[in-house]
Amino acid sequence: MTLDQSVIISPDTLGRFGQFGGKYVPETLMPALSELEAALQKYRLDPSFQQELNGLLRDYVGRPTPLYFAERLTAHYAQADGSGPQIYLKREDLNHTGAHKINNALAQVLLAQRMGKRRIIAETGAGQHGVATATVCARFGLNCVIYMGVQDMERQALNVFRMRLMGAEVRPVEAGSGTLKDATSEAIRDWVTNVETTHYILGSVAGPHPYPVMVRDFHAVIGQETRAQALEKWGGLPDILLACVGGGSNAMGLFHEFVEEPTVRLIGVEAAGEGVDSTKHAATLTRGRVGVLHGAMSYLLQDQDGQVVEAHSISAGLDYPGVGPEHSYLKDLGRAEYYSVTDEQAVVAFQQTAQLEGIIPALETAHAIAFLETLCPQLNGNPRIVINCSGRGDKDVHTVAKVLDPQ
Amino acid sequence: MTFVSQRFESLRSRGKCALIPFITAGDPDLDTTAEALKVLDRSGADFIELGVPYSDPLADGPVIQAAATRALQQGTRLDQVLEMVEAVRPQLHSPLILFTYYNPILNRGIKPFLQQISQVGIQGLVVPDLPLEEASNLLQLASEVGIEVTLLVAPTSSEERIKAIAQQSQGFIYLVSTTGVTGMRSQVEDRVQYLLSALRQTTDKPIGVGFGISQPQQARQVMNWGADAVIVGSAFVKRLAEGTPAQGLSAIAEFCRTLKASLVME
Repeated sequence: MTLDQSVIISPDTLGRFGQFGGKYVPETLMPALSELEAALQKYRLDPSFQQELNGLLRDYVGRPTPLYFAERLTAHYAQADGSGPQIYLKREDLNHTGAHKINNALAQVLLAQRMGKRRIIAETGAGQHGVATATVCARFGLNCVIYMGVQDMERQALNVFRMRLMGAEVRPVEAGSGTLKDATSEAIRDWVTNVETTHYILGSVAGPHPYPVMVRDFHAVIGQETRAQALEKWGGLPDILLACVGGGSNAMGLFHEFVEEPTVRLIGVEAAGEGVDSTKHAATLTRGRVGVLHGAMSYLLQDQDGQVVEAHSISAGLDYPGVGPEHSYLKDLGRAEYYSVTDEQAVVAFQQTAQLEGIIPALETAHAIAFLETLCPQLNGNPRIVINCSGRGDKDVHTVAKVLDPQ
Repeated sequence: MTFVSQRFESLRSRGKCALIPFITAGDPDLDTTAEALKVLDRSGADFIELGVPYSDPLADGPVIQAAATRALQQGTRLDQVLEMVEAVRPQLHSPLILFTYYNPILNRGIKPFLQQISQVGIQGLVVPDLPLEEASNLLQLASEVGIEVTLLVAPTSSEERIKAIAQQSQGFIYLVSTTGVTGMRSQVEDRVQYLLSALRQTTDKPIGVGFGISQPQQARQVMNWGADAVIVGSAFVKRLAEGTPAQGLSAIAEFCRTLKASLVME
């Protein structure tokens, strides 16, 4: 559970993965990004930082999270002859606060403390990153401001309450579609204004360098544990890794450890919303073109003029027109495959996982699980699939209830 | 056609501090933008900065954000903005500086974008989300087509960065007066004075100060601190958007003359 082996793909000094990544930010932020890079360099291998982080990951977050064999889901996708994929869930939903997001929020807050920043800001979509950030700020007594789109505040009201309960200020963002993209822009504006006193805990593997690498490395523990648990359970590697992709942090956290293992298939699942041929989707890698958003070059949903278009997904955490630059790189390399799943398919998987396994997954996670419908019939033998069960779905019951019973 | 740097030379030889008003193209509509360019040109502007409306204006405060949103809701397209510029250009004396975020440039292709803006009569370019490290390609291609790309210096920039930016910046150097986004503020931070003198020690290129300047006395203060130009954005955008287009146009004409009067050396 250390970070020291975690940089396999190392970007250059501007944080480029091939053409992707970089630092497309106002000049005001450039020194802050350099300062962050220097702090990261200094502390990532520092034994006292490691010790504090690992201790908190164990005792506060609850790591390691289990690698759970999903027996009834496996039976559901078995072939007539009894063969079929063996399905495992990496239970990030069992982390404190109910999602993988706290791995990164905790590590960044420890970094911010060492940098002498007492004010923390963050953006949030589904609210999971906001809750994780509010949680660690409460734990360390730091001033915390969370930017959240007004539409997301409505569909994730429970998480808004949780953040406020822990003492965070939740600032509604009305601009644009009132979702994650707009909240991120507003968080960056705050950072430009208060950069000298404030650390921005960006919640995905997106944004300007060093965020994509840093956030990936803070989540790499997911893949590292998976490797050890797979070795223990069946003495080998997983055959297929499956994770949902909005910005892409849970997917990178799972994939990173296995990028250089050629036998392991990496599959990311994006949100197709009402369908990738409609105008209402968030399938950036499937339908986007290369562009620049929030400080990084990556695939991007944009119109003919290079205006960023609004994304759509039933899942607030996937409702983002950009994607982390390393995913764009892995896609172009052909190392990872990316597919998409509609709102409707995700809701079916949400219910099915609840009924077959007694686990209510986040709607984001339900996208990854829903892809089993497509994937499983294509597989031969008994490959082992590990799905990143990135979050729990309590926050989504209201949204799903409205879909199932529109009255 | 006059380069931005040439106009600065001529102003400097006459001991003048330049006024650079900013407006957002397409707010409330492109016809009004064309009229506004003419009005500003004859009301004392030495250069005019024209903002291309963008969906995610990270460096802009609420006034310019709202203007960009209105312009995009109107359906304002980049090609229409450039057509409008081409049509109105012969009637303007001031060099035009285009302010745009990087994605619309990248989307069109850097070279075709530069060629197109040059063809319609634009002289300068400011890209607020393109720091020095990402700008080399744009700087080089721009000099090939005769567009001057002005880089920004911020209060947080180190001495080393200030030096490197000053060396690469074309036309002038854009000194951001505050850590923050564009928008009106009640006073200009004192450290602008220090930043101006720090910049002055590393370069003899003209220095324009912008972000947060909205009142004649602030413009005058910045001039007295040694700026070669004062850039005023949100205060113009706000006035132009209030009331009917005719009222907006007359408000920015009067405001432009007032600012200009404050920039006369005693």
